[in-house]
Amino acid sequence: MFSRRFKSDMPQLDTTSTADISFMLLIFFLVTSSMDTDKGLARQLPPPDDQTEELREVEVKERNVLAVTLAADGSIVCDGSPVTTNELAKRVETFVANADDDPALPEMSQREVHLLGLLRVSDRHVITIMASPQATYDAYFQMQDAIVRGYNRLRNQLAVSRFGHPLAQCTAEERDAIALVYPQRISERIEEQ
Amino acid sequence: MQKPLFVRREHEVPRLNTTSLPDLIFTVLFFFMIVTHMRDVDLKVRYEVPQGTEVLKLAHKSAVSYIYVGRLPGSDEFAIQLNDKVSTIADIEAYLDEERSRMSADDLPHATVSIKADRDVPLQMIADIKQALRKSYALKVNYSASERP
Repeated sequence: MFSRRFKSDMPQLDTTSTADISFMLLIFFLVTSSMDTDKGLARQLPPPDDQTEELREVEVKERNVLAVTLAADGSIVCDGSPVTTNELAKRVETFVANADDDPALPEMSQREVHLLGLLRVSDRHVITIMASPQATYDAYFQMQDAIVRGYNRLRNQLAVSRFGHPLAQCTAEERDAIALVYPQRISERIEEQ
Repeated sequence: MQKPLFVRREHEVPRLNTTSLPDLIFTVLFFFMIVTHMRDVDLKVRYEVPQGTEVLKLAHKSAVSYIYVGRLPGSDEFAIQLNDKVSTIADIEAYLDEERSRMSADDLPHATVSIKADRDVPLQMIADIKQALRKSYALKVNYSASERP
């Protein structure tokens, strides 16, 4: 009996349930987490106005201003005529670009821009937005989206023609240079019309 | 002949070797752990964000503070939620100071406020929120939206 060598066979751990354990963990993580789908429209707010300072009326020529109004029912009026969001994007594009130096569109300045050289820069235009406080956030958002779309199309055109690749693939430097050529100059007011 | 040419064998289809099944599950699990993040806010307001074409992914997730604006369950009124509590516009300033203090020094210049508001929120509410943000010098704002193709 004692001469029989014990076979050194360690009892193996029964691993048939490790699959179940991993299923449990997986379900736990699926239930408690969320996919990364956070996207949005990035905007920059102006610094707060000093309450004591008088609102200074800045002299702006009419040709440099694009007046966009948002009514309580969500309709957009641009420079007097009602527009859809796509038309608004187009108007912003032609307004900011002023490709043919139209005297009814903003003045352009000749500036030296790093990476792009001397070219016409649209730094005198202003898009003023007057929105009604009863308008819905959705209507306001669509309007903002349309305006940004106009700017992005212009910037993309410039990126493709001067750098050879679309705006999304530009480096930070190139993006800054393009932003200098077509800066977003938007002034907003929320008030009853 | 030593061996008959045709030997009748038990023809049993071999069972699938499932020893590597846990490994597969762990792989899927790690995938989910890396791709997702823990939901740390219990939403008390219901909202549906607008759709836009110029939306970009939120960068520097650690430097983002969230403001939720939506309907309270069972009512038609809109409410603001900061972190876990339903709050008012007056609480925004304190909330932003709190958020700023928890951010690291390299995150501070990228500090953004993500406004997740329902489509039907009246603009006046959004304007008040923006005024509160401006007063606290939280000037980088991101209107949360889904992408419209």
